[in-house]
Amino acid sequence: MTTWTMIITLSKDVMRIVADQDVVPFRNRVKECAVKIKMGLVNQTKLITAASELGRNMLKYASGGETLIEIVTRGRDNGVRLTFKDKGPGIADLSLAMKDGYSTGKSLGLGLPGAKRLVNEFDIKSEPGKGTTVVVIKWANG
Amino acid sequence: MEYNIPKLLQKKKKNIIELWITNQLSEAGLREDLISNEEIRQQSEELVDSFVSNLNQENIEDVNSGDFDGVIEILSGISITRARQGFSPRETGAFIFGLKEALLQLLQQEIKEDKETLYQATLQINRLLDSFSIVTFETFIKGREEVILRQTDEITEISTPVIRVWDGILALPIIGTLDSARTQVVMENLLQEIVETGSSIAILDISGVPAVDSLVAQHLIKTVSATRLMGAECIISGIRPEIAQTIVHLGIDLSNIITKATLASALKFSFQSLKLEVKKVQVVKAVV
Ligand SMILES: Nc1ncnc2c1ncn2[C@@H]1O[C@H](COP(=O)(O)OP(=O)(O)OP(=O)(O)O)[C@@H](O)[C@H]1O
Ligand SMILES: [Mg+2]
Repeated sequence: MTTWTMIITLSKDVMRIVADQDVVPFRNRVKECAVKIKMGLVNQTKLITAASELGRNMLKYASGGETLIEIVTRGRDNGVRLTFKDKGPGIADLSLAMKDGYSTGKSLGLGLPGAKRLVNEFDIKSEPGKGTTVVVIKWANG
Repeated sequence: MEYNIPKLLQKKKKNIIELWITNQLSEAGLREDLISNEEIRQQSEELVDSFVSNLNQENIEDVNSGDFDGVIEILSGISITRARQGFSPRETGAFIFGLKEALLQLLQQEIKEDKETLYQATLQINRLLDSFSIVTFETFIKGREEVILRQTDEITEISTPVIRVWDGILALPIIGTLDSARTQVVMENLLQEIVETGSSIAILDISGVPAVDSLVAQHLIKTVSATRLMGAECIISGIRPEIAQTIVHLGIDLSNIITKATLASALKFSFQSLKLEVKKVQVVKAVV
């Protein structure tokens, strides 16, 4: 039997990431939310690391964007949902970008696939020339 | 009776200064800890003097007149100093608003019967002093920003010390986020110190790094490579359990790097590779 339960937003916070200095305050804000819902230390660290990757991608490839930090609940689970929205060049081949080691920026190419492994739910949408939106959820007990 | 406001203010300079100083000294939040009455008097006299002696019938209507450059310079100097001394924006603002108050009080006393002139003069003084207030805020904020920038530089420097833990062994505790600028400083300090001390082992301790993402990992890997190029070995210690799990999920490969959970185990490893031994001294009790 599958139970379908709606995700409800309990708190909402918008932060812009447009410069290197914005990443740490953003990460701290994410951590505050994780602590608020009593997320364990390991999951907290996974979440802020994923947040860091996605925030930095936005900076590096789309010269910044906007993030939405939400505390959400689904049934008995509480979690943190993060949305990264940019108006950058977009990603032409998503499945390629999601591969370990693929990078157009002479980097490790681990940001996107790594972030996906660090969270419970991962959704990426991108339109070349329009921008990219990534939504992730980490459940407190996920 | 025809009024010449600039002349009037020049003639009444002494009164303006006295009114203004009285206003400042009666201000509830006067920071006697930060500034002496003597300094207040001196700053006030200098400013009023410059203002009234440069004021004339034309520029009283023109807040952008170059005639006020001197006033603005004095005012900027005062706000920058106050920002550095730790005055609050309110306290600094009260200084210039006090002058406006004093000027308006004086106009009221002097031009009692001619309401139309009083109204015009009040408007003019208001506009001028408001523009001076904006300058005060701008320079005050600039002063605070300088303080913040200086502190940032200081933090970058003090947060990357290289410690000589043993002959031939260096340790670098890293605290905070390892961004590109920090990595540069860490790397320079470390390589410099390796040359100076002829050390063959460097321990990078990341106990104080909140998260290791791919950027931080890349910086760590770069630092290790650079150390190796100098002929020394680099150990990364202080990898907390949650960081270890995250690194694995992220997919970062640190298998080519010697990593240890704690600084103590890194030190132990270093002693072994330098063929050093730490032993407990055996105390032999004399048998009576
Ligand atoms: N927000 C974005 N806008 C446009 N392109 C992006 C965006 N995010 C990622 N990409 C593209 O996807 C590729 C893979 O991203 P990923 O984060 O996995 O690796 P990376 O950023 O290149 O390296 P790393 O994150 O390991 O330092 C990037 O090289 C870039 O081409
Ligand atoms: Mg990336």
